[in-house]
Amino acid sequence: MSILIDAEMRVVIQGITGREGTARAKLMKEYGTNVVAGVTPGRKGEIVHGIPVYDTVEEANEKEGPLEVSVIFIPAAFVKEAALEAFAAGVGLAVIVPDRVPVFDVLEIAKVAQGKGARFVGPNTLGLISPGKAVLGMIGGRAESARDWFKPGVVGVTSRSGGITSAISYYLGKAGVGQSTIIHVGGDAVVGTPHPDVVQLLEKDEDTRAVVLFGEIGTSQEERVADLIEKGEFTKPLIAFISGAAAKSGTRFSHAGAIIEGGRGTHEGKVKRLREVGAHVVDDFNDIPRVTVDVLKKL
Amino acid sequence: MAKLYEYQGKGLLKEGGIPIPRGAIAKTAEEAGKIARDIGGPVAIKAQAWVTGRAEAGGVRFARDPAEAGKVAGQILGMDIKGFTVREVLVEEKLDIEGEFYVGMIIDDIAKLPALIFSSVGGTGIEEIVRKYPTKVVTFPIDTTAGLRGFEAREMLRKLEIRGDLQKGLSDLLVKFYRVAKKNEARSAEINPLVVTKGGKIVAADSHIVIDDYAVFRHPELGIEIAREFDRPATPLEKAAYQVEATDHRGTFYFFQMERNIKPRSGYIGFHGAGGGGSMMSMDALLTQGFKIANYCDTSGNPSASKVYRAAKIILSQENIDGYFASGSGVASQEQFHSARGLVKAFREEDLSIPAVIRIGGNSEELAMEILHAYTKDLRGKVEAYGRDTSAVFCAQRLWELVEQWDYRQKGPARKIRERPAPSSYRFDTLTGTLHIRHERCDTCAEKPCTSSCAAGILKFDAGRPILSIPPEEAKRGRCTECLACELACEFHGNKAIFIDLPIPGLDDAMRMGA
Repeated sequence: MSILIDAEMRVVIQGITGREGTARAKLMKEYGTNVVAGVTPGRKGEIVHGIPVYDTVEEANEKEGPLEVSVIFIPAAFVKEAALEAFAAGVGLAVIVPDRVPVFDVLEIAKVAQGKGARFVGPNTLGLISPGKAVLGMIGGRAESARDWFKPGVVGVTSRSGGITSAISYYLGKAGVGQSTIIHVGGDAVVGTPHPDVVQLLEKDEDTRAVVLFGEIGTSQEERVADLIEKGEFTKPLIAFISGAAAKSGTRFSHAGAIIEGGRGTHEGKVKRLREVGAHVVDDFNDIPRVTVDVLKKL
Repeated sequence: MAKLYEYQGKGLLKEGGIPIPRGAIAKTAEEAGKIARDIGGPVAIKAQAWVTGRAEAGGVRFARDPAEAGKVAGQILGMDIKGFTVREVLVEEKLDIEGEFYVGMIIDDIAKLPALIFSSVGGTGIEEIVRKYPTKVVTFPIDTTAGLRGFEAREMLRKLEIRGDLQKGLSDLLVKFYRVAKKNEARSAEINPLVVTKGGKIVAADSHIVIDDYAVFRHPELGIEIAREFDRPATPLEKAAYQVEATDHRGTFYFFQMERNIKPRSGYIGFHGAGGGGSMMSMDALLTQGFKIANYCDTSGNPSASKVYRAAKIILSQENIDGYFASGSGVASQEQFHSARGLVKAFREEDLSIPAVIRIGGNSEELAMEILHAYTKDLRGKVEAYGRDTSAVFCAQRLWELVEQWDYRQKGPARKIRERPAPSSYRFDTLTGTLHIRHERCDTCAEKPCTSSCAAGILKFDAGRPILSIPPEEAKRGRCTECLACELACEFHGNKAIFIDLPIPGLDDAMRMGA
């Protein structure tokens, strides 16, 4: 098993005729993702890498549906419209690749998704991949690289950095550890499916035996994962690395932001909190594979 | 996040129907005196800076009359507050304060909703208020599409036992405040303190509004020069960098100067990351190794070679950096030869004189490393490239060894590696530059590697000379992807006829002003 995406789910690509949309349609199709349609307004009838293009998501849904997933490659200013269009057509999961999506747009997408019982990953995400089954977004870049770098297995990977998502998974693979599903949750402060949501999904996935998490300073995603462990809602072993120890913390912690987060967001705070609840927090990124191998041996 | 000055924020509040003190902005002591005279009576003089703790630093003071106002303003103007040089002061009527409150809006990333915060205690920072008076703070999640309703605002106030006319006035203000924050797409907004005067008037005595960087494009009226999270005005180099980012949508480019006026041999490195997480990890590796970082730079999201080239040129224009370090996640999805070519073009034009370690793992890393090694051998500096199986920590160590051994004195002046194009060249415009070909050289070129190196396939031969095979407008619109392959192929395997001119507006000015 895997979470969020498998080889059967029917996928539409919004913005399929653009620079990134076209390139990543090739990646997804060649990897084995069940991409059944693409959408670009006004381009109905075109074919991109064997994928038929429609004017609207609803039209694609009528002809090739039922659509379950949409991967969005649309300029940031139009992402909100695209996501709302996908949800209106009944899509249950939108993967929002572009970055620089205005935060009030993200809040509106979140509200509509919640009302429809739908979910989104991103914005500003490289996407996700269930090795050996399907890829959404641009993880791996090319199908042959994605096959080479990511091997099926029992570890779930969740990361706040796109490049690092691939890096961790590749280094795990070199150490003989395959992955169930690999997710880049997105680099922005407000994302559709943050770490706590991912680990809850991985908790329910029978094939996932442990989770590797790449955290960063800012927001409270890692602390909330610790809360879930404490409450017994996430029970699988967690191997975590928090980036930004030496880097200047910057000004992203606005004073007002700290009130709701309760002083959360610092490197020390995250590491301490995760260690308190028994997570394996490594100080050196390069220790992740070794520690994960050790953890799996003891299971 | 794009921070607004207090006076800009107050302008938005006023526009939204929220009373602010009478006053105006002054750039000189004389102007301040004149404004004080117009106001009549005691005034407050407030340094305009994007930092907290202005009052503690002496940036907020009072004056009884115009003469004193001019004198105080003269002292505040030019002051340095936490690295921010004060250029403007706000001169306002001094309020007769009866009570102070706090009003704020933030984006709650957990609930994915805007949240309004109100406290019946104001004046100090909200963190301190929450710590000292937790029962005097209420927060309220706002429905993103419906906005804040009057009854919701009254309910917030009722919880703090605020009744009567004050409740009415404050609830009206809260509704207006949220409208201002939403309309301008604030990432956070604060009025602290919100003052009730002895005369019973509610006035916004201060304002901190931060606009969502990603929404700045929808608000040209705000006049935000750089949509970035800076605590100080942008440096000339940062302004030049931001222009590159704003005019080239392919991938992202973030540049932030962490140090200026670097002394020779002081261990500063020009840093060039790729992707937020990988960049941060790579910076950690540099710092742990004992280096200092001159700048933070991140080109990612599949940037064009030309964008990486411009980033490298900007990084290299910082004086006295001891080394160049490029490192991302190590396993990049995008084709890495684009970044390699961008770096090589910049290194060649500058005749790189310092050691550079480039960790460029990911798709096509073998070709990327080959480009970086083969095409930099004749430069003064040394370039070492590594792929996905080499850690950032190792690369930082390697740079340390190179810097330790490096002789920074005997490298000689930069040679002109490549001549500028002749005016008579064949040329066509690309998305962000111009491609020049000295056709007379093509006539004696045996290899002619140019057209075959063009991945976009937009060059063809005409009587043995490469020309565009598509209309020039299409090349300009982006069919020429500025991959820089033809220029490097021509230089090393052809007859040195091709030069791609990629201007960086503002870079020369920035360097004159001391990058």
